[in-house]
Amino acid sequence: MRPFIYTPTSTVSAATQKLKANPHAKYLAGGTNLLDLMKEDVEKPTELVDITRLVLTEVKAITTGVNKGGITIGALGKNTDTANHPLIRQNFPLLTQSILAGASAQIRNMASNGGNLNQRTRCPYFYETSMPCNKREPGSGCGALEGINRMHAIFGWSQACVAVHPSDMCVALAALDAVVKVQGADGKERSIPFTDYHRLPGDTPQKDNTLNPGELITSIEIPINNFANTSYYLKVRDRASYAFALISVAAGVELEGTRIKQAKIALGGVAHKPWRALEAEKFLIGKEATEANFKQAAELEMKSAKPLEHNEFKIELGKRAITRALMQAMTGGKA
Amino acid sequence: MEKAFIKKVQIGDAMDRVDARLKVSGAARYAAEYTLKSVVYGVLVTSTIAKGSIKEMDTRAAEKAPGVLAIINHKNAPKVPGHQAGTDNEGSRVYGQEFRLFYDNKIYHNDQPIALAIASTPEQAEHAASLIKVHYAQEKHQTNSKANTSNAITPARGKDYSRGTAYAFKNAPVNLELEYGTPIQVHNPMEPHATTAVWEGATKVTVYNKTQATKLSQQEIMKAFDLKEENVQAISPFVGGAFGSSSRVWPQEMAAIMGAKVTGKPVKVALKRDQVFNMVGYRPRSIQKIGIGATAEGILTGITHEAFTSTSQYEQFTERIVDPTKTLYNCPNLNTAYKLIPLDMSTPCWTRGPGETSGSFALESAMDELAYALNIDPLALRLKNYAPSDPEKNLPWSSNYLKECYQMGADRFGWNKRTPTPGSMRKDEWQVGMGMAAGIYKSERDAASAIATVLANGSVVVQSAVADVGPGSATIFTQIAADVLAMDVKQVTFEWGNSKLPKAPGQFGSHTTASVGSAIYEVCTLLKKKLQELAITMPNSELARAQQNDLVVEEGTVGLKNKQIQLSYADILKSHALPQVQVSTESKGGGPEQEKYSGKSFCANFVEVRVHSLTGEVRVNRVVSAVDCGRVVNKKTATSQVYGSITWGIGIALMEEAKLDHRYGRHLNNDLAEYHVPTCADVPPIEVLFVDKPDPVIDPMGAKGIGEIPLVGFSAAIANAVYHATGKRIRELPITPDKLL
Ligand SMILES: Cc1cc2nc3c(=O)[nH]c(=O)nc-3n(C[C@H](O)[C@H](O)[C@H](O)COP(=O)(O)OP(=O)(O)OC[C@H]3O[C@@H](n4cnc5c(N)ncnc54)[C@H](O)[C@@H]3O)c2cc1C
Ligand code: SF4
Repeated sequence: MRPFIYTPTSTVSAATQKLKANPHAKYLAGGTNLLDLMKEDVEKPTELVDITRLVLTEVKAITTGVNKGGITIGALGKNTDTANHPLIRQNFPLLTQSILAGASAQIRNMASNGGNLNQRTRCPYFYETSMPCNKREPGSGCGALEGINRMHAIFGWSQACVAVHPSDMCVALAALDAVVKVQGADGKERSIPFTDYHRLPGDTPQKDNTLNPGELITSIEIPINNFANTSYYLKVRDRASYAFALISVAAGVELEGTRIKQAKIALGGVAHKPWRALEAEKFLIGKEATEANFKQAAELEMKSAKPLEHNEFKIELGKRAITRALMQAMTGGKA
Repeated sequence: MEKAFIKKVQIGDAMDRVDARLKVSGAARYAAEYTLKSVVYGVLVTSTIAKGSIKEMDTRAAEKAPGVLAIINHKNAPKVPGHQAGTDNEGSRVYGQEFRLFYDNKIYHNDQPIALAIASTPEQAEHAASLIKVHYAQEKHQTNSKANTSNAITPARGKDYSRGTAYAFKNAPVNLELEYGTPIQVHNPMEPHATTAVWEGATKVTVYNKTQATKLSQQEIMKAFDLKEENVQAISPFVGGAFGSSSRVWPQEMAAIMGAKVTGKPVKVALKRDQVFNMVGYRPRSIQKIGIGATAEGILTGITHEAFTSTSQYEQFTERIVDPTKTLYNCPNLNTAYKLIPLDMSTPCWTRGPGETSGSFALESAMDELAYALNIDPLALRLKNYAPSDPEKNLPWSSNYLKECYQMGADRFGWNKRTPTPGSMRKDEWQVGMGMAAGIYKSERDAASAIATVLANGSVVVQSAVADVGPGSATIFTQIAADVLAMDVKQVTFEWGNSKLPKAPGQFGSHTTASVGSAIYEVCTLLKKKLQELAITMPNSELARAQQNDLVVEEGTVGLKNKQIQLSYADILKSHALPQVQVSTESKGGGPEQEKYSGKSFCANFVEVRVHSLTGEVRVNRVVSAVDCGRVVNKKTATSQVYGSITWGIGIALMEEAKLDHRYGRHLNNDLAEYHVPTCADVPPIEVLFVDKPDPVIDPMGAKGIGEIPLVGFSAAIANAVYHATGKRIRELPITPDKLL
């Protein structure tokens, strides 16, 4: 617990200017992640710039341009409102399912969409300030690498960090080929494809994503797709609700006749970012939508997985979860 | 005069809780919610190493921080006379030297409290605490039970047990030797521990704490600070769950008392969630071996149960881990051994069904494994080995309706629909399994006192120091008093949760109803007699010529059986010109009559689970819990106790596990996001069946205990159901999806 300045703002430019002026300031949205981390002395901002009054809460259909038919979601929309918006329920049920699989009703009522993207890992060593963690304190070592790493990564990890990104919503957004819209203090807007938004740890695990310092997420765009009725979000966890994923799968299958035109598959709980299952996707193009093919796709995808001491089970679980998610997608997403 | 209709509440009625309104409206105050005038706040700083000593503690920055009143540590803490005296093992409930807060620079466990930052606001105290810098001389620690079984000791207060031939299972026609394990589980009551302490002068202290035993709190504080009984008061009417974790005086009480002494102001100390994990007890990890043998017909011929649990380096905490094994079945040859592994951890503490819960997981899993080895139905195996009397004490049961539990439970559950082969029941992608287990738990009665007072307006106040940590004791004591005094329950007030009230035992061991309930039953019976005497002797009494036997007490009156004369309690007092009439009693604990019998509660739990055939998630479909707890005093509160036990059992079976990183000897999942307890979605419909037959020996109500018995064996019932669903036997809890792939 450290003293900090609280600064409310009401415009995007005022907010971004504040962060430019104070590199130790942070945006405060729902606070469900940031405030917890401040209490644990993991995040130590000297100033909180409250962005909850910014008018960036709308969910809107995109009516012009290349993404016509798609949807744009305000960064400060609440997770609950986003999940339950009629346009999203109808056209992007995968997103609805993923959001509702996360956290608790109370937390989703507070949590913002932008905050969900930028929530930090749940690696317990990251939270435990008496133990080493490169993400919290670069150069201190990775507590999890040879510690208790049952919940950690099997893809894309480095010696520096083996953490996973905890979000469910982001797994669906990765499968949905979303685009993140951000704006900096210079007023310029950038569009970042979702799969490039979060990063792998490499030697700089302190950087979760490709946002530049002080940049604000303004919205998220999702293009229209043809698998609203053949998609499913599966989350396998240690209890029925209110637990982070052991593994999660966002799956959408677009059919042409009985054959698969394209499949979109992303995995959660396996890497430092939502993991697009590109091997599996590639294999499935043009194949019949059968359990055998789904299994084979899953096998292919998990081939490159590298387990740690306590999470070898994720490889087998991943295969089964991918198969199960694809099967359930084919039955219209019914569990 | 027209008489209002008075609804009489009886023992056994499903009466609503007397404090329900206070609780749901937020008016009930818990330990951290007393806002005394000029109260200040203390935050505990805890160690970040598991073993060693403090080389240096730099408190300068903290002392200068805004709002700070004091930083207390081992260098400047007020002397605690009881700490100097050394240990008095005779009287102490746990063998060894209790933890002494701020006594010296030694570190016995990670998260050990080493300093208290006191400031005007909680935030300032929190900030000051974060500014304290500590340098340690670290020593090599041990926190892993499994790696330290070779250092296990035989507890000073524990004896190995044997009847018949030891290790006889080895020679049985069918025998198994199996190893089971349960992890550390933390009570994690909703309300974290907190205390506000206030001194009056140098000799009188009052604490508002979270305790299951106000009298024990009072005595421990008297002993520590060398104070007189009348000068120490512990006040704790509302407790947000405790489950054993509030049965001792802990560092937050000691810190608040020391802090109040140093600052001369009331000091409030509340633990943070992570501090609850290694400071106020936990259920220790267990490592257990069971050898079990039977004839081909399924008659048990030998059981051996060897168990290890862990303890701290300064105390020997033992629990009843091998007790169910000694008495649940009629096995002629049986031996048990119990060893403790001292670790660099805080001392564990009694946790709901302390010992029985872990021990019965092993025993009731082994019974299931034996049933499969014998190709006998698991319920049939248990019936064959039913113990007609207590095989350990060689005494008749005071009452035992375990067979009725089996019968009722199996009928309601539909046990006969179970197909025996593992993996033979399926619904869609889910494998379905049915499992069951039995439970046994001690049923005891302790000495307790109570006072009952009838006031001039005819209403009655009953008092006892007993705590009500959530089970609804205040409600059933109101109910018992109203029943005995035959009056409107609204005219009865029960006062509890304060050490200045008549002495009561702690609320643990499922013996509150039997102990305190008996005292209340007795004191109200005395009051009734007194009122009858007064009715006869009052001036110009219409009952002057009546004998006590002719009189009936009903509807708050003393009168004749034919109802022609009915004198209200208020009128009786008025005609004697008495402002009140008070009686008190001290009810005995187990007397000679009770020593002729063995008293136990029993249960049989039936569980249906489904396990996803691909991804291994276990969901509990339904539970039927059949319980013999003697007479049910209040159907509603008793049912809630079963719900609570079953919910605990689901947590223990499927998810609860405090994880330590042994490299640091420190908990990793010490918050409620990562330490999993069941959510609503994890708890299915629970059907509760009570035998509801009074125990003729234990107490005048016929009530045995209910708070813990349904938990005993329950985690095994789930593990057995998982085996039935999948053919996979999980002997190491919790049963998480990864273990079932
Ligand atoms: C107990 C618990 C369980 C949970 N379980 C799950 C789960 O199962 N699945 C899941 O997906 N999530 C889970 N969550 C996480 C939850 O979804 C996130 O905490 C939430 O989405 C964060 O949103 P927020 O608005 O509260 O963010 P904040 O806490 O306000 O902010 C988080 C971070 O994002 C930054 N930020 C916020 N908005 C913006 C913006 N517009 N532009 C740039 N930066 C921004 C902040 O500066 C901060 O660094 C859980 C959380 C808790 C506490
Ligand atoms: S995995 Fe990453 S977050 Fe976890 S301890 Fe290692 S560096 Fe820190």
